[in-house]
Amino acid sequence: MSSFRCFVQCGNMAGLELLSDQGYRLDGRKSTELRKVQARMGVFAQADGSAYLEQGNTKALAVVYGPHEMRGSRSRTLHDRAVINCQYSMATFSMSERKRRPHGDRKSTEMSLHLKQTFEAAVMTQLYPRSQIDIYVKILQSDGGNYSVCVNAATLAVIDAGIPMLDYVCASTVGFVDETPLADLCYAEESGGVSSLALALLPRGGQIALLQMDARLHQDNLEALMDAAMTACKGVSKVLDQVVRQHLQEASLATGD
Amino acid sequence: MKETPLSNCERDFLLKAIQEKKRLDGRQTYDYRKLKIMFGTDFGCCFVELGKTRVMAQVSCELVAPKENRPNEGIMFFNIELSPMASPAFEQGRQSELSVKLNRQLERCLRNSKCIDLESLCVVSGEKVWQIRVDVHMLNHDGNLMDAASIAAIASLCHFRRPDVGIQGDEVTVYSPNERDPIPLSIYHMPISVSFAFFQQGTYLLVDPCEREERVMDGLLMIAMNKHREICSIQSSGGIMLLKEQVMRCSKIASVKVSEITKLIMKALENDKTARKAGGKCGFAESMPQERITALKKDETAVEMTDVTERANDIVLNAEVLPQTSQSLLVPLPGMGQVGKDLPNSWGIEEYDQDEEEAFNSDEDKQTTMEVGEKQKAHEDVVEISDSEEDEVVILQPEAMDKAHKKTSSSSHLKEPAASKKRHRK
Repeated sequence: MSSFRCFVQCGNMAGLELLSDQGYRLDGRKSTELRKVQARMGVFAQADGSAYLEQGNTKALAVVYGPHEMRGSRSRTLHDRAVINCQYSMATFSMSERKRRPHGDRKSTEMSLHLKQTFEAAVMTQLYPRSQIDIYVKILQSDGGNYSVCVNAATLAVIDAGIPMLDYVCASTVGFVDETPLADLCYAEESGGVSSLALALLPRGGQIALLQMDARLHQDNLEALMDAAMTACKGVSKVLDQVVRQHLQEASLATGD
Repeated sequence: MKETPLSNCERDFLLKAIQEKKRLDGRQTYDYRKLKIMFGTDFGCCFVELGKTRVMAQVSCELVAPKENRPNEGIMFFNIELSPMASPAFEQGRQSELSVKLNRQLERCLRNSKCIDLESLCVVSGEKVWQIRVDVHMLNHDGNLMDAASIAAIASLCHFRRPDVGIQGDEVTVYSPNERDPIPLSIYHMPISVSFAFFQQGTYLLVDPCEREERVMDGLLMIAMNKHREICSIQSSGGIMLLKEQVMRCSKIASVKVSEITKLIMKALENDKTARKAGGKCGFAESMPQERITALKKDETAVEMTDVTERANDIVLNAEVLPQTSQSLLVPLPGMGQVGKDLPNSWGIEEYDQDEEEAFNSDEDKQTTMEVGEKQKAHEDVVEISDSEEDEVVILQPEAMDKAHKKTSSSSHLKEPAASKKRHRK
């Protein structure tokens, strides 16, 4: 634990090389390579839909309940659509320092709002008027790209719950270092003061459900960065598609089809 | 308090106007509202007026212990207060969604972009650093709070002066403003946010939406840039789907707007500096318009005048000749007056029964003795169901209903309420 913290501090002070001359990153990936994605759907029997997704060292668990009747404040019911309610939380053990407030602080609320916005764009809510769909995401281990991993895990969970969506929602975080876009940032790269862009994409139409960028980036580099993000998202969508098909095959074998 | 919902016709009107590239206040699609920046008497106090949206920012500083993982950097803290005075929809208890969203956006725009040199705020490494706190208060909400807040925050940070600090060995002395002049913060660049509102699933876009436009928009894209064309933050919100080309186009528009606004802020800072040096009065009280004859004067609004004469002539030629009516006052009874008796109906509603109109007109008088006899003559279909002296219930007979159906919708609309909701005042 302490050695990891030293590592990060050294990174800040000594300007750790995020991209070597040969084009290799800290963990040996090339600039356009994504981290290894492993996913499993239907992990919980109680929930309508659930999924577990690992992207490198970042692990997220997503659970979907719904569509069901509106709970809580009935006044928020929409007469023509379903309301999507998202909650994002991080496990207290997810980061190198124990997280004192897993949910309720500003960053988690903001992340929940972003997730809600992303899925409101993608889920066909007009099919379920006056109802509510709950999406709960928990980060079990955080190693960068929290938002993207949450979105990918939640997509699988929504598909597992059988709720129709316009398309897969795939997200990835890209950064810009030394004039090169780096796809799928890890924690060391994110905290190194790199300008990072998080993008949630519906791959088939190329529509952007959410776009978020921090830190300084010259306007001319924006297009290159967005292109890299969209390519990374399309890569993720292929993996997610494969996972879904495999899960369906296993499920149909189990029911003896 | 829940805000009053927007009526459907208002929503349709706004959307239709946007489709025709017209805005409520006559702006073009890429125009900002009038921006006014004023500074208060204290250093670090700034008022921003963007159209009718008013925002106030105040910067203050304090010596505190630094964060453990960053021992030689100062601390920046941002806080946006959505005060209930700005809008009836804001409640005193915090943490509404909008408040979280604005706070996070401002934090990301100003803190993550590293616009201020935090290492210069360090006094004793690991023990004492300056904590700079920016409080932004919304005073009036007329749309686009984010842009106004970002302009106010960065202008007040540029305006702020912190106390000078002297270090001699182990001793640290903080000089008050009387002893030594306070020093300004070292600011690298000025990030300013520009908001774009999208309508009709991204077909139309507007810069600087006012409050009404914000209510009908599909989603919002906020781009924060500085004048060196560096993007400091991008955030899309609302459930819209964007395309890459739209984002690129918005960033180009944003760079133009940001350079204009930066010039405005620099000019305001210059004016304030010269005013203070000259020893003249400065501050918020001075910037309010005085009680003069022209204090409430409004600027001229541009009116489209290209083919006015032809259009006016057309209207005059094609209009029907109005019947010449002599408006003589008739006094049938003391306390009751009648104007326009036996004249043709000029309300533009066809087939409005003449007698009913009379009865309707005479109903409007406050103290009147109703001529019940005349009314009974006019309405054969008046049936007294209840003994109530207040209401008169009218039963529309089938042939009256058929007649009603054949009429135009507007007239039947007006006739039935007039016929069925008459009140006697005795």
